[in-house]
Amino acid sequence: MVLRAENVSRRFLRQRKGSNVFYAVRGATLALAPGSLTELTGRSGSGKSTLLNLLAGLLEPTEGKVFLDGTDLYALEDGPRSRLRNQTLGVIPQGQTALGALTVLENVLLPGLLYGLPCPRERGEELLDQVGIAPLKNACPTELSGGELRRLAIARALALRPGILLADEPTGDLDDENTRTVLSLLRRSADEGLAVLLVTHEREAAGYADRHYRMDGGVLTED
Amino acid sequence: MKLERVLPMKNLRRKPARTAALVLLSAFLALSVFGGSVMVLSLRNGLKSYESRLGADIVAVPYQARTKGSFESILLQGIPGMFYMDEKYYNKICAIDGVEAAAPQFYLASTSAGCCSVPVQIIGFDPERDFTVQPWVRERYAGELGDGDIIVGSELTVPKDGTLTFYDTPCRIVAQLGKTGTGLDTAVYTNMSTIKAMMRSAESLGFHYLTDVDPDHAVSAVMIRVAEGYDAEAVTGDINVHVRHVEASAAAAMLSSVAGGLRSVSGVIVLLVAAVWVLAAAVLSIAFALISHERAKEFAVLRVLGASRNMLSRLLLAEAAIVSFSGAAIGASAAALIVFPFGKAISAAMELPYLMPPLGTVLAIGAASLLLSTVAGALSAALSAWRVSRNDAGLLLREGA
Repeated sequence: MVLRAENVSRRFLRQRKGSNVFYAVRGATLALAPGSLTELTGRSGSGKSTLLNLLAGLLEPTEGKVFLDGTDLYALEDGPRSRLRNQTLGVIPQGQTALGALTVLENVLLPGLLYGLPCPRERGEELLDQVGIAPLKNACPTELSGGELRRLAIARALALRPGILLADEPTGDLDDENTRTVLSLLRRSADEGLAVLLVTHEREAAGYADRHYRMDGGVLTED
Repeated sequence: MKLERVLPMKNLRRKPARTAALVLLSAFLALSVFGGSVMVLSLRNGLKSYESRLGADIVAVPYQARTKGSFESILLQGIPGMFYMDEKYYNKICAIDGVEAAAPQFYLASTSAGCCSVPVQIIGFDPERDFTVQPWVRERYAGELGDGDIIVGSELTVPKDGTLTFYDTPCRIVAQLGKTGTGLDTAVYTNMSTIKAMMRSAESLGFHYLTDVDPDHAVSAVMIRVAEGYDAEAVTGDINVHVRHVEASAAAAMLSSVAGGLRSVSGVIVLLVAAVWVLAAAVLSIAFALISHERAKEFAVLRVLGASRNMLSRLLLAEAAIVSFSGAAIGASAAALIVFPFGKAISAAMELPYLMPPLGTVLAIGAASLLLSTVAGALSAALSAWRVSRNDAGLLLREGA
């Protein structure tokens, strides 16, 4: 499964400063291939997360196209596109993103619940075991530390065995030990055949990646 | 199992106090619309029943009846009352141009003393001349009303032996009338000879109700039917001019005062219901707007995980529907618990005829209230649901990161 962005741009209207229009992403071309971990770095506000949202089918590009195995993602209506995202893409959003009304295990099984897809308890428990928080499966998210919540988000993103994993700063504000745990998990996922995009500020991440990209002022360049 | 069935319930359970407040608010919607509708309908039914039971175009009573408490209050509230005039006035009324038929009635109030089974209003009528009582008596009793026979209103309890005693006069209950929602439901009907016998017995027991009129030649009221081509108001005026010591009232005028009271009470009920709805809808809308704002990040997470915009809307709407349906069920049940057992108290407090619609109609109103309140609750979340579906998930997650 290959996710490919072709010359995608996203411009926004800005009410302040001199120009009314600014480009968060300008003419970016990128392909995520199975079995590889792609690292995307850049300063805050450089357009990394915007590019990830464009790739995830969450933000329509103003120019260019995003293809998932030849399917133009934005030619689809929101419903089918959302379903495709659910079944083929694993997304780890920024920050702490567990649903407070669900237990840790229910949070992991949540992607399957969206469309009533089979995601057995055993799969959830296995993933929690892999990320090292199995004993917390019945806990409320409020009882988890920041690092544990990030690991929960990774387990949740992998629940439906996606072909592509998009991780937006999964190690932000984590200590060194948790950072290494998370990066190792992502590396292992790539080794198991997933196409992984890692948006990060973490210097240490470079050592885990196969390819390195950099965003600067919305422009994507390969290092 | 799908998300729309699981997540709204879990979210509601997570904040029990807030959920309870929202359910209570929704309950007010159903309670007000169900209770209000049943009350307004009961009042309208009561008026219709009053109208049909009155059965006369004009009612003439002795002038002193106006000071003893109006004829309307005797009929509407079942307040026992007695007033008498000489039968010669009946004959004078019959002689007025435009009077097609006139039926005398004789009123006697029983007492709570040992000589009477229950204190009620007893209405005596002459089966030969009556045209107001017998049409609806026949609905329940086709036989002849003999001496000592009585027909009782729906609110009176019929003893096992089927007899009631008034002024030591034992009477056989031959029928019980249907409900009217008026004071007539506690009245007892009998023929003239029975009621006069009771009156004589009352005299011998020391109750001197008649001082200046011979009981055998006394009447309490005259029910008048106007001949075709005559105006009831004009005939009423003629009676008042030509028959002294008598106060005639056109039934339409009597009914219009009742109808006026009913309109005022109905208007107040409708206003109260509208106020409750506007307030509750506003509070529910604000509450759902706050909920959606508070959970904006959770909705963004769901979107990232693959929820469509419609799915996010449905989740919030499902939550609103659960809350409003639960509230509506509680509210409708509470309204039923108030309206059914306290119907009599409501009627007495409003001093208007009050007749509950048939059970089928009440159930239909209950179902409609349930549906309406549920839809209203869900609609109050519609704007928030739409906003939730339009949010930019990426931006929200970055803001809340």
